[in-house]
Amino acid sequence: MKKSVFLGTLSAAALLAGIAGAGTLDDVKARGQLICGTNVGLTGFGAPDANGNYQGFDVALCKAVAAAVLGDASKVKFVPTTGETRFTALASGEVDVLIRNSTWTFSRDVDLKFDFVAVNYYDGQGFMVKKDLGVSSAKELDGATICIQTGTTTELNLADFFKANNMTYTPVTIADDAEGQRQYLAGACDAYTTDASGLAASRATMPDADNHIILPEIISKEPLGPLVRHGDNQWGDVIRWTYYALVAAEEYGVTSANIEEMANTTQNPEIKRLLGVEGDLGAMLGLDKDWGKRAIAASGNYGEIFEANIGSATPIKLARGLNALWTQGGLQYAPPFR
Amino acid sequence: MGEFTPFVRTEMLAPQAPPVSQRGAIRWLRENLFSGPLNTVLTLLGLAALLWVVSHLGPWLLHSVWNANSLTECREIIAATWGEGASGACWAMVRDRWHQYLFGFYPSPLYWRPTLAFALLFVAIAPVLYSQLPRKLLLLTAVYPALTFWLLWGGSIWVPVVAMMGFGVFAVVFRLAQPRFGVPVSAGLGAVATSLWWMFAQAPVAAVLQSIAPVTLTSVDSDQFGGFLLSVVIGVTAISASLPMGILLALGRKSDMLLVRTLSVGFIEFIRGVPLITLLFTASLLLQYFLPPGSDFDIILRVIILVTFFAAAYIAEVIRGGLAALPRGQYEAADALGLDYWQAQRLIIMPQALKISIPGIVSSFIGLFKDTTLVAFVGLNDPLKGITQIVRADINWKGIYWEPYLFAGSIFFLICFGMSRYSMWLERKLKTDHR
Amino acid sequence: MAFVQEPPKDAFRLGMLIYDTRYRSITIQVVVLVLFLLFLSWLVNNTIANLALKDRTFDFAFLFARSGYDINQTLVDYTNDSSHLRAAYIGLLNTLLSALIGCALATVLGVTVGVLRLSRNWLISRLMTVYVEIFRNVPVLLWILLGAAILSEATPAPADYRVTEAMQAAGEAPKASMVLFDSVAITTRGINIPAPMVEHGLPRLELPGISLNSNLLVFFLVLGAGLYADHRIRAHARRVQEATGLRPVTWWKSLAVIFVPTIGLLMLMGFHLDYPVLKKFNFTGGIEVLHSFTALTFALAVYTAAFIAEIVRAGILAISRGQSEAAFALGLRPGRTMSLVILPQALRVIIPPLISQYLNLTKNTSLAIAVSYMDLRGTLGGVTLNQTGKELECMLLMMGIYLTISLTISSLMNLFNRAVKLKER
Repeated sequence: MKKSVFLGTLSAAALLAGIAGAGTLDDVKARGQLICGTNVGLTGFGAPDANGNYQGFDVALCKAVAAAVLGDASKVKFVPTTGETRFTALASGEVDVLIRNSTWTFSRDVDLKFDFVAVNYYDGQGFMVKKDLGVSSAKELDGATICIQTGTTTELNLADFFKANNMTYTPVTIADDAEGQRQYLAGACDAYTTDASGLAASRATMPDADNHIILPEIISKEPLGPLVRHGDNQWGDVIRWTYYALVAAEEYGVTSANIEEMANTTQNPEIKRLLGVEGDLGAMLGLDKDWGKRAIAASGNYGEIFEANIGSATPIKLARGLNALWTQGGLQYAPPFR
Repeated sequence: MGEFTPFVRTEMLAPQAPPVSQRGAIRWLRENLFSGPLNTVLTLLGLAALLWVVSHLGPWLLHSVWNANSLTECREIIAATWGEGASGACWAMVRDRWHQYLFGFYPSPLYWRPTLAFALLFVAIAPVLYSQLPRKLLLLTAVYPALTFWLLWGGSIWVPVVAMMGFGVFAVVFRLAQPRFGVPVSAGLGAVATSLWWMFAQAPVAAVLQSIAPVTLTSVDSDQFGGFLLSVVIGVTAISASLPMGILLALGRKSDMLLVRTLSVGFIEFIRGVPLITLLFTASLLLQYFLPPGSDFDIILRVIILVTFFAAAYIAEVIRGGLAALPRGQYEAADALGLDYWQAQRLIIMPQALKISIPGIVSSFIGLFKDTTLVAFVGLNDPLKGITQIVRADINWKGIYWEPYLFAGSIFFLICFGMSRYSMWLERKLKTDHR
Repeated sequence: MAFVQEPPKDAFRLGMLIYDTRYRSITIQVVVLVLFLLFLSWLVNNTIANLALKDRTFDFAFLFARSGYDINQTLVDYTNDSSHLRAAYIGLLNTLLSALIGCALATVLGVTVGVLRLSRNWLISRLMTVYVEIFRNVPVLLWILLGAAILSEATPAPADYRVTEAMQAAGEAPKASMVLFDSVAITTRGINIPAPMVEHGLPRLELPGISLNSNLLVFFLVLGAGLYADHRIRAHARRVQEATGLRPVTWWKSLAVIFVPTIGLLMLMGFHLDYPVLKKFNFTGGIEVLHSFTALTFALAVYTAAFIAEIVRAGILAISRGQSEAAFALGLRPGRTMSLVILPQALRVIIPPLISQYLNLTKNTSLAIAVSYMDLRGTLGGVTLNQTGKELECMLLMMGIYLTISLTISSLMNLFNRAVKLKER
């Protein structure tokens, strides 16, 4: 009986505690912890390992931000979000930043009032089918049953693709990647569609990976990137430039292994500014001068993160492709640090 | 005249056994299973159904494996022991993951805390249910919520203690004001004083006490709660918190005051008219719109608040049924004694109405406890879907279907069946002193 | 001499607002009203502030925008070019379909089990008790998940029905074959049943706002007319019987007026069944009943049936024993006693709790989320909400619709309840 009011206390206390300051950067510093919205489980990008620790390509960026802002890459709390809950979680302030392979679209940027601060992975939507289905092109999928994650851009792309090719399909909507894999493997659908990187990741974890193929068609542009709430430009800048610091580090050959050496010996003024040896870029961001150094030291530069989580040495075996540096024919390009 | 000796038997004949068809097992069978064509058909159908279930489930249950590290290993053991193609249950999963089903991700060295809290729950509700027990025990019931909160979430003991002091503030203000202003006004004053206490005195007083006598337990985050721990926490908190609210709503619905009645009816019908799942989504999606900007608190707490509202509407209807079942004479007798509304409610009406409603309250609780599984849809780890998903995500247990459902389902069955039997027993016991 | 005195009329004092019972209720109501309005305005104010903070608007214009997504079970026309409102309507129809079929199944099953539980057959009554206890005491979510798992795990994939040339050459049969004279195919995805089709159909009837299938309309009109004629024939027979004591033979007339016109109409329209045929990926043609629908509806039905069984049993037990003894004394057989004497009386006890079970079942259809059945929550509260990001609008609209359904059901059922209630004079 006493509990009802007791809970009232809790909520009142929580309410008072919850009335937050103006900027997310200040909140994060005051809290001493970054709350990062991540995937419930997408191997290689963001998934808990056996001990419940999050690992992956997107997770590494969260850690880099935590290192840059708080000086400790481990001060991140990961909040798993599904395709359905992610934007609400960000909008409500439940998470500080959403780094969860989310596609940058006009309506999300403008209408949903978010800011996509960068593109950390250029992706496109593909299809995975079982080999014995005898299908070699997405154009042959007329009449198929297709598993699709709800609340995603892929859902709309799929409808458009089949319409443009004058084909029909039956959608089976699922909530997350694990459920999608289960339905696909159980035969509830002929094809599973999501971002090509996600398909590769799913395929990598399947016991009989060789029996599944990813069809050659990529039916959409899916620029995936971190996003923050609209209007909090300072916080957006922190995320954006932390990310570009990782890209620039790869371009200039700064790795987690040689970073100390580079900081002491380099003559390149841009690297000096990036690593905080020279200038006060950190202060402009509202951080200290070593922020870039710490961000890179956390999990390495962009290339290192890519190779460690989803690159050719991992079971997922993704090629750099569009995500190579601009100097190597890709799209990853960091604006100048000056 | 010849001698006529009429035959008179002088001793009784020994009774004969009834015909074979009218005795023992055969008679029982004839009477109970094959008394007519329809019954015979039904019996045969029933037997067939039983046979079908046993023949399908039996071997599977008999071929159970309790010691294995993965599903593949389980299958290998089954194939090795009972031959290729045999199917069997892999209970090794339960052996491996039972702690997650019970406690979620609660840190394992701290399992004693929820266990202790659960054990104390029975001690705390015992004096409420059995009036023979010493009344002193009610004191434990009163402090139980604070104690449990501290045990489960940890942190400083002073936070719940100071929160409980808020009730002390309420009691003091109420006592002082009641003779002058009557029950509703002084309750309002008490509520205001208590809220002020919580809003302004809570944090500093707790901090001061903490600095004087630091008593802390390792604090545990809400997102580590899961499994039956989560179900029980949500279920018990919501039902106990909804009782006072439900009583007020039931009284409101029977009130003479048009406005109070309309509001109560509106609230009850609204809550009862929408599915629980929409209320849970309200907790996870909409509450952020209705609260002051920037306020954001724990999803478990949000869920508990909404589930409490849900339970309160149902409890209100149960208690309204109890009130309706009371004979009119009870109200009139209370009036005749010169008791005012609140005295009559407290001394005459409510004790009887609540007593009648207990079975209804218990069945509401059973319903609510089962419904706590729906929190899986707002991302909490309920024992049925949430934990099962986590277990299946593990590469070792990928593809295990029936065992998790059967395991979680049987625990739910044991708890709910036990409670429903208890409520039936209670109903019978209470019936005797009514009629 | 008048001894009656007017009660003293005190001047009104402010304190009377609290102490005088005549005024106190008004005071309390005013205070409650003020508090309630304050609370409401607090909520509205917070909502406006939050919307402003997030730079959002509160409007329902998105409902008329193109939805852009597809739905796998559409009872009426829908494409991804339709509006979000249309998608919500599709979801609502799916919810209602599941609720309607679920309620019907639950009633049939529940009444059967409830009656059988009181049967003197030892085995059957025990079995029914076990059924009721097991289904009542386990969360309905488990039955839905279990149903979906059984349907998808224990059924063959569409590809298993295929007969390849190699198999034909070897004379092998496919792993799975269709049941019920090759008319029904059960796959991992759904149950494909034949669809009724007409050759020379009438054009659709386009009314403002709705489009009706005129074939179905004509069919039901003819069937209704036949039933009405049958009713008239039997009424006439009853009048003759009451007047003369002889009942004219009517069965062939009844059959004729009901069946001849309807069968004639079907033949005229060229009625035939469209059988499901295996195409490249799936069975096409016929009607595909998705497993998500089957699992949800059946699980809800068997779960609710356990509660209905208890209600029916309690209702029957509430009828005094004298009623059945009197019926036996009149020479009625047990079956007729049940249907003519006990059940009609028990109905009065049964109906109110039965209504609340129907309501529960309808609300529980929202558990469709567990099996990805596209009900109202799946469309309006699911995909639409996610694609447009209009949480507040979608959720409020959805709650409003559920509330309307609930209130409609309970008021309809209350009307019915009033009609069957024992008229006491």
